[in-house]
Order: sequence, then structure tokens, then C-alpha cells
Amino acid sequence: MTAPRRIVVVSAGLSAPSATKLLADRIGTASADALAARGADAVVEHVELRPLAHSLADHLLTGFPDATLAAAIEQVRAADGLVVVTPVFAASYAGLFKTFFDVLENGALDEKPVLLGATAGTARHQLMLDHALRPLFAYLHAVVVPTGVFAASEDFGATELDKRIERAAGELATLVDGPGAGPATDAAASREAERRTTAERFAAPTPFEELLRRASDPGA
Amino acid sequence: MQIGIFSVGDVTTDPTTGRTPTEHERIKATVAIAKKAEEIGLDVFATGEHHNPPFIASNPTATLAYIGAQTERIVLSTATTLITTTDPVLIAEDYAKIQHLTDGRVDLMMGRGNTGPVYPWFGKDIREGINLAIENYALLRRLWTEDVVDWKGRFRTPLQGYTSTPRPLDGVAPFVWHGSIRSPEIAEQAAYYGDGFFHNHIFWPATHTAQMVKLYRERFEHYGHGPADTAIVGLGGQFFMRRNSQDAWDEFRPYFDNAPVYGHGPSMEDFTTQTPLTVGSPQQVLERTLSFREYVGDYQRQLFLVDHAGLPLKTVLEQLDLLGEILPDLRAGFAEGRPAHVPDAPTHATLVAAAGGAQDISVHAEDTQTGTTDREEVEHR
Repeated sequence: MTAPRRIVVVSAGLSAPSATKLLADRIGTASADALAARGADAVVEHVELRPLAHSLADHLLTGFPDATLAAAIEQVRAADGLVVVTPVFAASYAGLFKTFFDVLENGALDEKPVLLGATAGTARHQLMLDHALRPLFAYLHAVVVPTGVFAASEDFGATELDKRIERAAGELATLVDGPGAGPATDAAASREAERRTTAERFAAPTPFEELLRRASDPGA
Repeated sequence: MQIGIFSVGDVTTDPTTGRTPTEHERIKATVAIAKKAEEIGLDVFATGEHHNPPFIASNPTATLAYIGAQTERIVLSTATTLITTTDPVLIAEDYAKIQHLTDGRVDLMMGRGNTGPVYPWFGKDIREGINLAIENYALLRRLWTEDVVDWKGRFRTPLQGYTSTPRPLDGVAPFVWHGSIRSPEIAEQAAYYGDGFFHNHIFWPATHTAQMVKLYRERFEHYGHGPADTAIVGLGGQFFMRRNSQDAWDEFRPYFDNAPVYGHGPSMEDFTTQTPLTVGSPQQVLERTLSFREYVGDYQRQLFLVDHAGLPLKTVLEQLDLLGEILPDLRAGFAEGRPAHVPDAPTHATLVAAAGGAQDISVHAEDTQTGTTDREEVEHR
């Protein structure tokens, strides 16, 4: 019996109710359904950034997260798969959305399956997904599913959106649970072993003789 | 238990008056604050080191020597000495010289510095920060403990037959602390050498401090320097006090809200909960400070930041008067329940005693022309 797969949905809508949250909910549900269809248990957790806006600004200024933000960051770090959804602001993702990913510890999203979503008033903004959002997650070393889900206001009245959601959710489910899930190669597995969280670095510190050797050896 | 203050030497506009002190005023204020620290009975004055505006904390050795000449008793230290971008050969010379000038009233705290551009200004790379700290400090120790050093490393030109002068006073190097907020490598370094470990503590949640100190203590024991509770720990602290707690809150709030480090961020209410910052009555500062032991254990050095964020000199001196008033209670509180085997912070006197007494290790080079040494020349004159 394996633990259920954890899908964490990060959404950066600012209004209430927001189109971004609506889309995020639908993608989250579709991802759980796609995993269930594969016979995998799934839990879907939501991280909404709007209530974290003050905490995020404080983190930028103080360098540490308050307890609420720290819990959200830990949820994202521990996720088996991420769904991220942002409104399009000024031809890009929302600043609030970017701030959340700015404060993650280095390596937090390495090889993490991610599904990209965005909302906007018109379909003219849809390439933001591929021209702005996708490079951000490439930089973060996430594994982004091929299909992104963009919803303009008018898409909420069309059936086409469901098809895209289903397709993207299926791709995410395959990455999270498929035969290729987990580190793909020996090199990836060894990177994963080397990548140590802060807690692990404190639990098992690198011995000083090793630090001394590395300090003076550029090849180490 | 040593209690003292540390300064970062920021030149900051007083948000209540809009007035910015001149560099000259700020430098002189630093000296006045250090002298006041001795006057009220504090044990340590430490200065930071910065090489960029808005700070006046460059050249800490001149500052410390100048203060040393005008004080009798207080230990002079740094918070921190940039072991990454400062040549360890110069650190070895400078602080050995201050040891002699002040009759051993000096120790140092090593830090890496987190201002990116400072590294290239000194020909270094911030991405090598940990490696610089490790290699440079390993060389610094050798320069103080070995009369003649042959050395080759990555970050400076090699040394052949090099003798750092003057030799440390009484043959004993200044005590060294290592400061870091969350790099386990630095706690490891301090533990390996059996040096002190200092956590800035202010601006950060106590969990950071507790985690680093715990690691340092465990590794101190691992490397055979003694039980974990005998490791040498220092903490920062930050307060603003008035006799009436509400007066302290009202007066400090504009300084807090506009402070360079955390201003315009969390509220003072949140920050005083999340970090060791204590704003209130002397009794509240006393109680909060004595509570730090609950998560780091009995420790050896407590330094407070009192002169930042544009606070005028007059206010800083008033803060020190209030600190002086609670000092006896602080000392009594720290002594209460402290096991007898927990050591005090090393001083020059205790280090000399541990080394079996003072020795003169002056090095007198031979003159290759005449075959005489400088000592002989002096005697012949």
C-alpha cells in the first residue's frame, strides 16, 4: 500500500471569487481523477497566495518565512506533483505568484512534475504560458507537462477548456504515477541523493576534514 | 558570562528628525559608545566591518586600537572580521599588533559578509564564500601558531619562509569566534578547532539560532574538545527600553518602521514575537534576555546591538545607562543554575594560563650580511 499521491495546487488569483481559483480547482480535481483512473490514490491540497501576500512581502524584507508561509512552502516542497495557476498581469505572471517562487529554497522544485495554468480577460494573452511561465519553471528545474491550460473569460462558457484540462491532468498523472515516475536515470538518482535539505545538512553535517579538502581543491 | 555590545556602524537618517549624521559624527559616536560601554561595566565592545556606504565600519583595527588606547578593561572584538575578502596575512599582523598594544584585550569573530559586490572589489567570488572562510582561516591559524610558514592554497599567492610579525602576545593567539546565521559548515568549522561560535540571533527566529548552536555543541564534543555543554557560545540581542514599557514602544516604533534591515516589513508586534528584539521596560529586557538560555543552553557571551537605525547618540547612551542598571541582575540571572563545569569565555589571561604561562616568541631574523641578529645589534648599540 503506497501513500496517496499529493497534488498541491498553487493559485495566485487576487479577487474573490477569482477565475484563477476556479481554474485551479478544476485542474486539481481533474488531476485527482486522472490518478484515480490509473488506480492511484490522490489527495489534492490548495495553497492560495492571496492570504500569504503580507507574509511574502515580509519574507522578502526579513529573509525568513513566518509560520503560515513556512507551512505553505513545506507543502509545495513535499508535493508529488504541482499545479500552478496565475492570472496574466502586464504580459506575464502575477508579481505575487513570482514572489512565492522567489522565496523557495534552491532545489525545492528539482525534477518536480508541474502543470502550468493561467487566466486572463482575453485569449490574446495565451502565449504567456509558453513565453514567460514555462521558462520560469525550466529555470527552477521542474519537469513541466507539455500541455498548459490557459483560460480566457470566454473559455469558462466553452467545453473546449475541459478537454485541455483533462489532457494536461492526464500528462501530470503519468509523470506523478507512471512507469517513469521518480528519478529517470542513475545520474538523476544520485543528484537526488546529493541534494540535501537544510534539515538533513544539520542532521548529518559534512565532516570538517572534507570541507578543508574541498576548500582548496577546485575540482572537488 | 561576558556581556557587551556590537555595532555595525551604519550611517542612518534619524526618521524622527530627518537628520543624517556625518561620517565624522558617526565615527566619533562609535568611540563614545565604546567608552560608555566600559564605564557602565560591560565586558566587550565589538565593531563590524563593512567596505561600502552607508557604513563607517571599514578599518576596524584602527578603530579598536584607538578605543583600546582610551579604555582600561573592556575586551575589544569584531562582529565580524571578513575572513573571506581580507587577506589572512594582514589579519594575522593587525590583530597580533592590537594584542600587544592593548595587553591582550582583543579577540575576533570571523564572518563571511553577504554583500555581493564587496567580493569582486577585493578580487574574490562570493560563490566561494565557504571555501574562502575555510582556507583563509586555516592559514591564519598557522600564521599565529607557527613562526615560519610555507603555504600554498587556492586563494592567495603562496608563502615561503614567511614569518608574521609581531608574534602573538605571550605566544598565545587571540581567541576566535565564528559567526554564521545558517551555514552548518561554519558551526562545523568552529567545532573542529574548538573555537567559539557566535549566532547573530537578532533579525531571525530563535529556531535558526537553536539549530546552529545545537549542531556546534554536538560537533564540539565530537571533535574531542569536551562535553557539548562546555562549548563556547555567543549570542546577539537587540532591545529598546524605557522605564515605562509603553514609552519604549512609542519612541522606538518610528526607528523600527524605517530600520534598514527589517523596516517597512513586519509590524513591531510581530517582529518582537518572531525574533529576540525586546521593546519594553528594563525588567522585560532582563527577563527576555535570561530566557535565551532555554534554547541554547548556558552560554558565554551576550552582545547587544544598541546603536543602529538612526538612533541619536544621546538615546544610545541613555540605553546604555539603563543596561548598566540591570547589569547586576543580568549577571546574577546568568549565574543562577549554571553548572560549575560550564566555562567562561576564554580571555588572554586564561589562554596564557592554559598554555602553561607566557612565553616570548619574538622572532629575530639573522642579518645575512653581518651574520648578527637584530637582537645582537640592539644590544651592541
